[in-house]
Amino acid sequence: MAATYEPIATTTLGSSANTVTFSSISGSYTDIVAVCSVKATTGSDEVLRSQVNGDTGSNYSYTYVQGVSAGAQSGRASNTSLILTQAGNLAIPEGASTFAPYVVQYMNYSNTNTFKTILSRGAGVNQAGASVSLWRSTSAITSIRFYIAAGNFDTGSTFTLYGIKAA
Amino acid sequence: MATTYTLIDKSILGSNQASVSFTGLGSYSSTYTDLKLVASVRDTSASNYQNAKLTFNSSTSGYSDRAIRAYGGSTVDSTSGSGSSINLFYETSDSATANTFGTYEIYIPNFSSSNYKSVSIDCVTENNASDAFLGLVAGLWSNTAAITSITVAPLSGSANLKSGSSFYLYGIKNS
Repeated sequence: MAATYEPIATTTLGSSANTVTFSSISGSYTDIVAVCSVKATTGSDEVLRSQVNGDTGSNYSYTYVQGVSAGAQSGRASNTSLILTQAGNLAIPEGASTFAPYVVQYMNYSNTNTFKTILSRGAGVNQAGASVSLWRSTSAITSIRFYIAAGNFDTGSTFTLYGIKAA
Repeated sequence: MATTYTLIDKSILGSNQASVSFTGLGSYSSTYTDLKLVASVRDTSASNYQNAKLTFNSSTSGYSDRAIRAYGGSTVDSTSGSGSSINLFYETSDSATANTFGTYEIYIPNFSSSNYKSVSIDCVTENNASDAFLGLVAGLWSNTAAITSITVAPLSGSANLKSGSSFYLYGIKNS
């Protein structure tokens, strides 16, 4: 039986950081799943973002749905510079002991014939949602960056990549 | 490289029962990083669906949750709660289409950490009629204790989990 859902790499922050990057990702899997358990330093009030292969251009788009205190919401953006790895504008929690889970799946990440679809689920404090993003490139994904636009991920935040193989 | 996403335990009901618990999870604290519970559920409530509830370590305090829900064919809303369990996710009940079980998946990262425990839940109930449910839930147990047991049950104390319901608990290790 083929081994699947293999841990590829993990990072646990020993100090706050704005960016976590995984590089030289093997192309031997079918999908990549990133599981992030994160909180931000006080005052960051920012969302969890991702880019791939160092692409900071307007080559992404996304659609999201989220449940927040204001109600159910949805939205989208085209020609944007980021993958929305959670739902909408859900800020990462800043509480002392609360880390929020986000699961991000990069589908067919090493396929060189298709653009890349990314599915995300976020479960923040008093907020839940999902998003789908598109990276308009047929290049295989070889690096994944997680970041926030302002502030930092706090100490103890974890980021883990798993490889899923279809056969 | 280690293979992960390992089946730790399972419960497949041969008769109706009030709840399902997975205990002794402290023994996995150094083996796995995260836990995932995948369930196929129907309960005995006389409705199309009802709330399920999730508790840890037999604790009945410190819980809160937020859900975005789609149901009844046209309703989308967001709701929140707090109290004695995480319970804004749903399971199929006994007035729904026969032989139909709903599904929920509960992802619990860092289950043995000394931080509060956040969970992500996806749930669906299906019914060949106008009343079915889909939800995305964020739950929080504001307790720093490592999770050593997980219990799921119908929120209504008068309902039981129905025979044929299945629950699979997986351990996921990040290295």
